[in-house]
Amino acid sequence: MLTRRTLLASAAAAAVPLAAPAIFSGARAATPRNIVAMAKQIDDIIGAFDPGESYEFSNNEGCGNLYRKLVIPDPAGGDRLVGDLAEKWEVSKDGAVFTFHIRHGVLFESGKPLTAEDAAFSLQRVVKMNKTPGFILTQFGLTADNVEAMVRATNEYTLELKLPIVQATSFVLYCLSATCGCVVEKATVLANQANGDLGNAWLKMHSAGAGSYRLVEWKASDHIILEANPHAATKPHVPRVVIRHVADPSAQLLALQKGDVDIARDLVSDQLKLVLNKPDYNVARRPQLTSMYIGMNMGVPELQKVEARQAIKTAIDYEAIAKNITPNLWSVWQSFLPKGIPGAVADNPFKKDVAKAKALLAKAGYPNGFSVTLDHFAKTPYPEIAQAVQADLAAIGVKVQLLAGEQKQVISKTRARQQQLAMLTWFPDFLDAHSNAQAFCQNIDDSDATKLKSVAWRYHCFDKEMTELVDAAVKELDTKKRMEMYAKLQRDFFQRGPFAFMLQNVEISVMRKDVSGLALGVLPDYTRYAPITKA
Amino acid sequence: MSGTSDASPLPVRFRASLSSLASVPITLFGLILVTFLIGRAMPIDPVIAIVGDHAPPDVIARVRAELALDKPLPVQFWIYLEHLARGDLGSSVMTSRPVTTDIATFFPATLELATTAILIAILLGVPLGVFAARYQGSHFDHAVRVVSLAGQSVPIFVLGLLCLLFFYVKLGIAPGTGQQDVLFEGMVREVTGMRVLDAALAGDWDAFWDALAHLAQPALVLAYFSLSIITRMTRAFMLEALAGEYIVAARAKGLSDARILWRHAFGNIMVPLITVIALAYAGLLEGAVLTETVFSWPGIGLYLTGSLLNADMNAVLGATLVIGSVYVGLNLLADLAYRLLDPRVR
Repeated sequence: MLTRRTLLASAAAAAVPLAAPAIFSGARAATPRNIVAMAKQIDDIIGAFDPGESYEFSNNEGCGNLYRKLVIPDPAGGDRLVGDLAEKWEVSKDGAVFTFHIRHGVLFESGKPLTAEDAAFSLQRVVKMNKTPGFILTQFGLTADNVEAMVRATNEYTLELKLPIVQATSFVLYCLSATCGCVVEKATVLANQANGDLGNAWLKMHSAGAGSYRLVEWKASDHIILEANPHAATKPHVPRVVIRHVADPSAQLLALQKGDVDIARDLVSDQLKLVLNKPDYNVARRPQLTSMYIGMNMGVPELQKVEARQAIKTAIDYEAIAKNITPNLWSVWQSFLPKGIPGAVADNPFKKDVAKAKALLAKAGYPNGFSVTLDHFAKTPYPEIAQAVQADLAAIGVKVQLLAGEQKQVISKTRARQQQLAMLTWFPDFLDAHSNAQAFCQNIDDSDATKLKSVAWRYHCFDKEMTELVDAAVKELDTKKRMEMYAKLQRDFFQRGPFAFMLQNVEISVMRKDVSGLALGVLPDYTRYAPITKA
Repeated sequence: MSGTSDASPLPVRFRASLSSLASVPITLFGLILVTFLIGRAMPIDPVIAIVGDHAPPDVIARVRAELALDKPLPVQFWIYLEHLARGDLGSSVMTSRPVTTDIATFFPATLELATTAILIAILLGVPLGVFAARYQGSHFDHAVRVVSLAGQSVPIFVLGLLCLLFFYVKLGIAPGTGQQDVLFEGMVREVTGMRVLDAALAGDWDAFWDALAHLAQPALVLAYFSLSIITRMTRAFMLEALAGEYIVAARAKGLSDARILWRHAFGNIMVPLITVIALAYAGLLEGAVLTETVFSWPGIGLYLTGSLLNADMNAVLGATLVIGSVYVGLNLLADLAYRLLDPRVR
C-alpha cells in the first residue's frame, strides 16, 4: 500500500544517486586568464583546416587565425583591400600580370622565414588539388598543367601571377583574399605529404602558417585548441583559445552565465534579449555577408509569370519578420549583393502591399491565387519565418504548404531542382560582387548537362541578358564602370529574378565583462582572436 | 550424465555455442545491409555533405566517382563489403580521418560512461532488488518499486536536462556539459581515451577530479535507467528463488538468514541476472545517444548523430557496425555464460 512514509522513502532513495554530483562541488567561477573559452557550433567543419580545402564557416575562421594571405580587406573596416603578406603590388596595364612584393621578416610558426616560394606553392597546390575552393583560382584559367608557369617566385620576395583569362583587377585581388589564398610553409607541408597529396591529409589536423595562432588539436564536433604562434608578427593577448562545440544556443548562454566559457558565439534573438545592454557582458557585433532568400522555381508554371513572382515579393512583410522574429540578428536587405560587398545597392524596393500584390497576381492570370510548397530549414528561426511568409502569402490567396527539413536535405532538393519555393541562406565565396552575381544571375545552359549549376540554374532562371552582363562585369577593368554594371544587374534582378532576398545576417558575439576585443569579420576568415583581451 | 551425445564428439554446450557464433556474421551482415540501404535512401546527397553547397559541377562529379556513387547500388554495396573485409571502413567526411581512427577516438568515451553507469547500477540495483524481495510488501519494497518505475518511465533526456538544471544551474554544485573543463582540454595525454583513467595515469589529480566530476552526472543519469531494470528483475528472480523448496529445506536446516539469502537464493539467480546485466550494458553502449547529446559527451552516440545529420555515410555505417557488434558480442557472452553456469542447459 502506498503511504506517506513510502513516498518519503522513495524520494530519499531517488535523491541519493541523483544528488551524488554534489560531492564533486568543483564548479569554478571563471576560466583562467591565459585561456579564452568560446562556445560555438563547430560541427559544420568539412575539409578540416587545410586552407586548400576548407570551405565552411568554422574552419575558414580557424584558417584566418592560423595563416596569412597576400591581401586582406582593411581590418579597420570598409571594402578597401590592403596588403597583408604583400607589402605592395603592381598590375600590368592589360590586367594580366600581378607582381607581389612579399614583406620581409615574416616568420612561420616553425621560425623559418616566409618567402615568395611559399606563396607560389600555396596557390599552386590549391589549383593542383582542385578541392571545393579550387574554382576560386581556376576561374582565371589556371590549371594543374600551367599553374607552375603562371604562379612563380621570380626572386625570394617577389611573386608573379599571370592570368590566362584576364579579369577585373579588384576581382582577382578579392579572390586572393579568400581562405584558399592562405600561405602555407612549403617545406613543412611537403615533408608531411603522403601519396603525393601535397600535404592535404596532414594539414587538415596541423597548421604550417604565419598567423597569430597555431593549431594544437581539433576533435570533430567537440573542440578546437589554438595556441599562440611564438613567431607571429601580431602576438595574441591571450595565448590559448579553446573553442568548444555547443550546438544549442541556450546551452551556450548557460555556459556563459556560469563562467564556463568567456564568449558565446551563436546566441539567438531570445537569448540576446537577456544579455544585451547588461553590464555583465561585452558585445561584438558586425554585419555578415550571409543573406536569407526565398527562391521560386521557374519550372513551376505559376512561377514562370514575372507578375506572380513580383506578387510574392510584394506580399511579404520583411520589416515585421526582422523586427518580430529575428531582432538584432537579421535586418532587411533585398539585393543579392549583401551590404558590405562593393557595388551593393541599398534600394530595398519591396514593402508589404496586399492590394498591389493581389493586382499583380490577377495580372499574372491567378486572381484566386494558387498552391505551392515551401521548403525550409527545420532549425530556428527558419520555421517561424516560413510561417510568417505562409501567412503573408495566404493574404493574397497563395496557399503555402511548409516542408521543413535538415539543412543538407533542403540543399540537396534544390540542387536536384525538385523544390517549388525554398527558403535558404547564402554567403559569397569572396568579397567581390562576382561571387553572388554569378550564383544568382548567371545560367549559361538550363539543361541538366550544363557545366555551371549555379543557384540561378537550380531555379530554372535562364535570363540571357543578366547572364551576359555578369560576364561583362567580371572582365571590366574600369572599376567605376564595373560597379555601374552591378547596379544595373541588381535592379534588373529586383524586377525579373526568381528570388525574394529578405534579410542579411548580423553576427553578435557576447563576452563576459572581463573579456573584450573579439574582432569579427564580414566573412568568417576575417574574424580575429588575437585582439581578445582578458582582465 | 555425459556432456556428449552419441551422434557428435562435441559436447552439446559447445555445439550450441558454435551455433550462436555462426549467427553473428549473419546478424552483422543484415545490420550492414539495412544501414547501407537506409543511408542511400536518405534525402541528402552525400556528395553535397562533402563538398558543400558552393562546389562546382566538376568537383561534384569527381567526388561522386571517388565515392563510387555513380555506380549501381549492388556494386556500391559490394565495394563497401570488399573494403570492410580488409578492415577499411572508409573515411569520415566530418573528421577527414579513417572511420576506424574515429571509432578508436570516440568509443572510449562511451565505454567510460556506460561502464561507470553499469557498475553503479549493479552496485545499487542488485542489493536493492535482493532486499526488496526479502522484505516483500514492506515500505522499503514499495519505495524501491516507485524509484524503479520512475527510472523506467521518465525519458532519459528529461532526467538529464533536469539534473543539469538543478545541480549545475540552480545549485552550481556540479560541472556543466562536456568531458572536462576547458582548462584541461588538451592538457592530459590520451592513452586510453577515457579521461578519468588517463588523468590518473598521468598523475594529474586536478584533471582527474575534474573528469570524475564531469562523468558523475551523465553516468548517474544513465545508471538510473539501468538500475531500475536490474532492481526489478533482481527482485522478481529473488522472489521466485525464495519460494523454492530448497530454501524451505535450508531454513529447516537452521542456516542463517544471510546465508540463505546470498548463498542459496542469490546464487541461483546469478545466471538469469547476468543475462539481464549484459543486455542492460549493451543497451547502455548502444543507447547512450540521448545522454551524450544532452551532456555534450563526445562518444560514439554523438558521433553517430552528427554523422547522420551530415549524411556522412561511412561514419554512420562504421559506428552502427561497432555498436551492433558490441551488442551481438555481449549477447553472445551472456549466452555462453548462461551455458557455462547453468548445468540444466548443458
